[in-house]
Amino acid sequence: MTPLRYTRTAMLLHWLMAVLILGMFGLGIYMADLPLSPQKLKLYSYHKWAGISVLLLALARVAWRIGHAPPPLPASQPHWQQMAAHAGHGLLYVLIFAAPLSGWMMSSALGFPVVWFGVLPLPDLIGKDKALGELLKLVHQYLNYVFLAVVTGHALAAIKHQWLDRDGTLARMLPACTPSDLPENRP
Amino acid sequence: MKRLLLPLLLTAAFSAHAVEYGTVLVEKSQITFTSKQMGVPVDGRFGKFAATLSFDPARPEAGKAQIEVDLASVDAGSKDANDEVVSKGWFNVREFPKARFVSTSVKALGNNRFEVKGQMTIKGRTRDMTVPFSYKPDGAGSAATGVFEGVLPLQRTQFGIGEGAWADTSVVADEVPIKFRLVASQASAAPRK
Repeated sequence: MTPLRYTRTAMLLHWLMAVLILGMFGLGIYMADLPLSPQKLKLYSYHKWAGISVLLLALARVAWRIGHAPPPLPASQPHWQQMAAHAGHGLLYVLIFAAPLSGWMMSSALGFPVVWFGVLPLPDLIGKDKALGELLKLVHQYLNYVFLAVVTGHALAAIKHQWLDRDGTLARMLPACTPSDLPENRP
Repeated sequence: MKRLLLPLLLTAAFSAHAVEYGTVLVEKSQITFTSKQMGVPVDGRFGKFAATLSFDPARPEAGKAQIEVDLASVDAGSKDANDEVVSKGWFNVREFPKARFVSTSVKALGNNRFEVKGQMTIKGRTRDMTVPFSYKPDGAGSAATGVFEGVLPLQRTQFGIGEGAWADTSVVADEVPIKFRLVASQASAAPRK
């Protein structure tokens, strides 16, 4: 029988990434326009450490997903909504890799290698090239605007299904929910 | 036997110290550095500098060097950093445009390795420094040059480079190793035997 909810590991990875990614949106937008200061250097480092962490979590997530099929969407959902959900999730999977990778590449091109948590030096993905670095900065920026838009859509859809349609979509990803919260178990 | 050996030794000594280096070829030389920001090594360089040296590998203790770096020619890795590092809290190039190193003594360490002691002046502060370097002859004839390479172990806080909030060495490390590669041509064409 197909499970009704995600595994605990999938939930942990999902929510860990959700917190990191939301924090990164805010931090990224805030720090980019700061004048140069020790504070700015610190924030940039934290941003990069978190970004590499997202990348690793993304890898873990895909690896886990290969062995663990997600629970089906509620059968009550119209076909077009299910298609849209799959497309949105596909896009999110692409973006959890593309966003940090574009940042890493940008960092390499601008001549600032990434040293994860200040201790683990990561290899440069591409050689030093100022012009390419500036281009990648724009790529990283706009890619993340798209990412933010898709994440917002993802969250709004989850909220709509849980509280307007009451079809239990969100409960599949919530560890705190008891099985009675799932529509199948409601009286 | 002794009578024969002495002139032989003298000849050997003379031909060895027939190579003396003088003019530093700036366009072939370079001065670079690596600053560490939050543990991240960031490469930089100085575009303009002048150097004079006299060095005879056979008599290193007679060697002398003077290097003057135009601090405004710094490339610290990004435009933001370049604007910042010439400002008052860092190099303060308006008041102190140049960094100067003047040697006081040179010592051979063996195996073409040497050590120069000297005084470094940056931002009006003078500190004694010891700099190990290597020497390697390159090319031949009139194109013969001597290549001097080494790393000067600069500690930025000793010279007040990065004051105020920037004095925090957990963000920008105190050690900023300055790598140099000076290529010098021969001072004079000494007669060869």
